[in-house]
Amino acid sequence: MPVARSVLELIGETPMVEVSQLSPNPNVRFVVKLEGRNPAGSVKDRVALSLVEQAESDGILEPGRPGQVLLEPTSGNTGIGLALVARMKGYHLKVVLPANVSVERRQLLEVWGAEIIESPGEEGSNGAITMALRLAQEHPDWHMLYQYGNPANPAGHYRTTGPEIWRDCPEVTHLIAGLGTSGTLLGVGRYLKEQNPKIEVWAVEPPAGERVDGLRSLDDGYVPPIFEQLGGAQLLDRKTVVRPRESIEVTRRLLTEAGLFVGISTGAVAAGAIRCAKQIPDGVSAVIVIISADDGWKYLSSGTWTDDIDVVTKRAENTIYF
Amino acid sequence: MPVDVRLPTVLRSQAGGRSTVSVDGSTVGEVLQSLISEHPGMGEQVLNPDGSLHRFVNVYVNDDDVRYLSSLDTPVKEGDEVSIVPAVAGG
Repeated sequence: MPVARSVLELIGETPMVEVSQLSPNPNVRFVVKLEGRNPAGSVKDRVALSLVEQAESDGILEPGRPGQVLLEPTSGNTGIGLALVARMKGYHLKVVLPANVSVERRQLLEVWGAEIIESPGEEGSNGAITMALRLAQEHPDWHMLYQYGNPANPAGHYRTTGPEIWRDCPEVTHLIAGLGTSGTLLGVGRYLKEQNPKIEVWAVEPPAGERVDGLRSLDDGYVPPIFEQLGGAQLLDRKTVVRPRESIEVTRRLLTEAGLFVGISTGAVAAGAIRCAKQIPDGVSAVIVIISADDGWKYLSSGTWTDDIDVVTKRAENTIYF
Repeated sequence: MPVDVRLPTVLRSQAGGRSTVSVDGSTVGEVLQSLISEHPGMGEQVLNPDGSLHRFVNVYVNDDDVRYLSSLDTPVKEGDEVSIVPAVAGG
């Protein structure tokens, strides 16, 4: 491996590892792509770099010019990735962050130098988006990258994550990932279906909406504009919800049975893969590629691996981990 | 045939604060119609005027999003659980 000239060159090219010991079906292999190996620790490093480089190539941002301010609503990982990219390129980053993200997410943002603007925790990511859109209107000189509505988000995955998976695991039959902004699924899913239209794309969601008490009505809901504009509903084959307890149980199994120390959302996605594998008929073989968005470090304070499952589940129900 | 429907926080006030209600129906569409006829205030929040699912509403049968099954025609049977979940963002 050649010596990189900048930490930003280390984004992407993440490893894949087989974890078929978790598969309930002997004909179905599980392969995890470890996005926690990115330099700021999550799959969102790819998105952060893609969003900023697109704004630079559009002439909106110019590396090194003083006084440029970036604004982004995020539940954490995109903000952390952006904080790294902004630091290396000399931009000032303001992130709108729900109050109830894990303490480690907040600490990492501070370590990389992002300015945090807190939005009400009970409003979840939706509340952060609403606040950021308002701030962007009030401060037209700030540049909002807007991962939820910017095609550079899925484009980053289409250019990098998708081709890496196809190169390293061409036997893939199913892709499964978390649906947050939908960027990973849109970008990787489209790339893989272009290579092999038979590949199925499955999305996993946490049931966060049940707990977002700040919603006044269902009209306050939110579907990322990129999901609607880029045909997300047509691209996805299935979408399944995985609840906190099952997510934590599988997060623990990934550690104890496969030695993988990964975040809670990876447990949720792997739980979705287990459901998928159970539905594959006898005698049919399959290879499910599981996207692991991040590693476990940011969730140590949640007690996921150490505390009583009932206690951890209760905590997870009040924390944003996607 | 009775089916349990899990309600999001935002709809519970219209069901006397309950988080789960039991209604009849053999498809998701029938279940939602029964729900709305018992709790009319939910109607415009869950369905569009043309009877299709509101864009900010996700409906799951046993944790599978019905938009990727047969939408409102998705069959349900006794013991299934239907969940109504508002669309929210992550990231």
